[in-house]
Amino acid sequence: MNPIGHAGRRGDRVRSDCWISVEPRSSGGVSLTLKSRVAAMYGASIRQAVERGLAALGVAHAAVEVEDTGALPFVLAARLEAAVKRARPEIEDEFLPEAMPWTKYGTTRDRFRRSRLYLPGDQAKLMINAGLHGPDGVILDLEDSVAPAEKDAARFVVRNALLSVDFHGAERMVRINQTPAGLDDLPFVVPHNPHVILIPKCESPEHVTAVDERTKEILSERGIDTPVFLMPIVESALGCLRAYEIATASPNVVALTIGLEDYTADIGTQRTNEGRESFWARSQVVNAARAAGVQPIDTVFSDVTDMKGLMDSVLEAKGLGFDGKGCIHPRQIEVIHRGFTPAEAEIEKAKRIVFAFDEAEKRGLGVVSLGSKMIDPPVVKRALRTVELAEASGVLSKSWREGGGGNA
Amino acid sequence: MPSPELKKNAVGRTVPVEINGREAVPFQGVAKYRPEGTKVAPSISTCIDYPDCGDKTVPDIKTALKEAGVRDGMTISTHHHLRNGDFVANAVFEAAAELGVKDLMWFPSASFPCHAPVIEHMKNGVVHHIEGSMNGPLGAFCSAGGMRGMGVLRSHGGRYQAVQDGEVHIDIAVIAAPTADPFGNAHGLTGDAACGLLGFALADSQYADRVIVVTDNLIEFPCVPWQIQGNHVDFVTTMDAIGDASKIVSGTTQITKSPDRLRIAEMTARFVREAGIMENGFSFQAGAGGTALSFAIYLMEMMREDGVKARFVRGGSTQYLTAMLEEGLTDYILDGQTFDLDGVRSMRENPNHVNTSPFTSYNYHGKGNFASMLDCVVLGATEVDVSFNANVVTHSDGKLLHGIGGWQNCLFSKCTILPIPAFRDRIPVLVDEVTTLCGPGELIDVIVTERGIAINPRRDDLLSAVSGSDLPVRPIEEIKAEVETIVGGAPAKPRFGERVVAAIKWVDGTVIDCVRQLEAAK
Repeated sequence: MNPIGHAGRRGDRVRSDCWISVEPRSSGGVSLTLKSRVAAMYGASIRQAVERGLAALGVAHAAVEVEDTGALPFVLAARLEAAVKRARPEIEDEFLPEAMPWTKYGTTRDRFRRSRLYLPGDQAKLMINAGLHGPDGVILDLEDSVAPAEKDAARFVVRNALLSVDFHGAERMVRINQTPAGLDDLPFVVPHNPHVILIPKCESPEHVTAVDERTKEILSERGIDTPVFLMPIVESALGCLRAYEIATASPNVVALTIGLEDYTADIGTQRTNEGRESFWARSQVVNAARAAGVQPIDTVFSDVTDMKGLMDSVLEAKGLGFDGKGCIHPRQIEVIHRGFTPAEAEIEKAKRIVFAFDEAEKRGLGVVSLGSKMIDPPVVKRALRTVELAEASGVLSKSWREGGGGNA
Repeated sequence: MPSPELKKNAVGRTVPVEINGREAVPFQGVAKYRPEGTKVAPSISTCIDYPDCGDKTVPDIKTALKEAGVRDGMTISTHHHLRNGDFVANAVFEAAAELGVKDLMWFPSASFPCHAPVIEHMKNGVVHHIEGSMNGPLGAFCSAGGMRGMGVLRSHGGRYQAVQDGEVHIDIAVIAAPTADPFGNAHGLTGDAACGLLGFALADSQYADRVIVVTDNLIEFPCVPWQIQGNHVDFVTTMDAIGDASKIVSGTTQITKSPDRLRIAEMTARFVREAGIMENGFSFQAGAGGTALSFAIYLMEMMREDGVKARFVRGGSTQYLTAMLEEGLTDYILDGQTFDLDGVRSMRENPNHVNTSPFTSYNYHGKGNFASMLDCVVLGATEVDVSFNANVVTHSDGKLLHGIGGWQNCLFSKCTILPIPAFRDRIPVLVDEVTTLCGPGELIDVIVTERGIAINPRRDDLLSAVSGSDLPVRPIEEIKAEVETIVGGAPAKPRFGERVVAAIKWVDGTVIDCVRQLEAAK
């Protein structure tokens, strides 16, 4: 009997996805049974895509069944490839969608990472419009939001999303699985312009270097010279204790973040709203990150209906020294950005410092001073960042310097 | 059945000039067709024929139909106040079947999936065809060519117009009433099936030959306020229950959690604010769909922020509109139907929550109506094309699935906004040409999608009003092209046969488009 592979999602509640079953055969060509909500509009297009996909994967004979609820072409391709490879795991060819022009932008080490939106790697529907909501980053998640049985299939969806979906300037992040298994996720994502790889349950610098090395290997095989940045997530007592070593394990680390569900379990307690149990850990992450010169980023706030609770949590994170926060619903993005927007007094003070700094530069002075007070370099650096953030948040005009300013 | 003669109308659609044996006028353009002659009138009644004691009750619907003289080929009307919880329409055709009557025309103000049993009555000959909205299973049945006559879809205002102008003669109107007295006075404010108001039955009570009121809450005379006047009513009868309360109004209205819809709703509200529409004394109408409801909530917040009050808002009312009224953000709700229990309560208790009818709000052959006075209206659509023409009755696969409701009538507001997703699943909502043209683009001003706002180029004023804002205003063609790159090209057109299965009337009774039978899928 021929092995049958199937992949995807079906059922009354599923939308924008499909379920595909493939039974490779030794003869008889391809027979396709198609049931689709969009058959009248896209039936022919679906048939063509299946034929092209099978050809690309080297399958000449097969019985294929498709149940479609309006899957976009990149999703259909991912489901087909997963179904084929479940039936015939030895196939190495890939069925890649064309890389769209809007997937090719880059990132920078120091960009703002106030909000990062988690998107389950197996649910393409949520990815399609994610960028429209304006997060600083999107995370295509291969780890906790994907059921163990769907890990292999989610890789194709995430890979194809990296090639197809317009994230509208958001930083393109992928959370791989815990190492060492997570290393096998890398060949699916690294060649397709991920900006940042999130390393979950990171407990040692070796976890970071393993991901970093494997990533570099894949990049050099492909002749790509843009580095892929790393964001380790510490989620345990050990990870917290070694946070500084983790943050400095590779120059590609740009941010350090914390996961509190696992952390609180690890130290033998439960997560509370007040968060006293995680105060040390969060401060530890802030300090380790700052010491390493990378961005400290806070965990997610998981009650999507409680906008006030979210704002409190953002202000607390900001107070602790974090630069950003995770989110699991697009409606949280605006609140997070508002929370991280510098207050008016903060901006005014920063503007005066920046003016003083500009003045000192102009005169070739080694020290920056405001009135009779000397300003230390970290304060200047912070003020520059505050002004930049105020500009990015739209509360300070980019041409504010022209107005003359401060009282310096 | 030979195909009727066809003619191209003013929007380039080929439409029948004869519908179910009556002459039909092709659409001539907005505000072009002038009716002539006089309205119809019912025959003169006399108190000689009605009991002095005022008791018009009969034991059941079957008796009422028989006494009303039900015959083969008659037109029977019902109404959709009880929405998807209605038991009355099905009971009427059940009774008609028992009486052996054939070839009835059903003239509902709207149908719902709960009316699927009528399909059986069409198959067994009791019902000949439907003139009214055909939703869900009825729409699919009609699209597949299952109906003997041609379906006719009219707006709520168009239905009133058709009755008043004599296009449709109602032989027997059956009015489901949550509360009624033996004289026939009725309202929707109390009772197990309370639905708020009974405005959609107004024309029927005024113009039908025979009027039957069916209630499950018969009270002693007088039933006040008499939303339906007993002086129009021939018979009153009872059922154990006229509807399933849980499907008539919802306990609480759910707002959408969809991030994309919320984004569209918020952008719509911001547009209304930035375009200068939201100012003291303004008015708006938004339905109870997920996006429209969220729009109202966002707008309410903005009104509070800016200290702006509306003079009136038009329902369908929900708890959110009643909250606006109670908070003083609007002076009045002029309500067409109530969608939740709070709406019903408010209508019962608050004199500024006023019930309206298709006559006051929508009828185009009258001395004005409320719809054109609104500063803005927020509506849905299944498709919009690059000329801003819109479709509300069919999907892109060609299947008839929705009624027109008050949609066409509302297009006459000063600013008509359609907040819609640019595509649903894989199906583009923005297309080069709508499958069925229900509303001409000249009346549709703004399309708000998750990918940007398209303003009709005819509306320079709106374009310049928002030019200084940071709203993402884009040409409609550009958004459409972007969608096509995402969904893998423009959709193929459905394969229609020749036979016209339904005609789409414009608000003035002319034919704006028609729906053809779908060819069976391969």
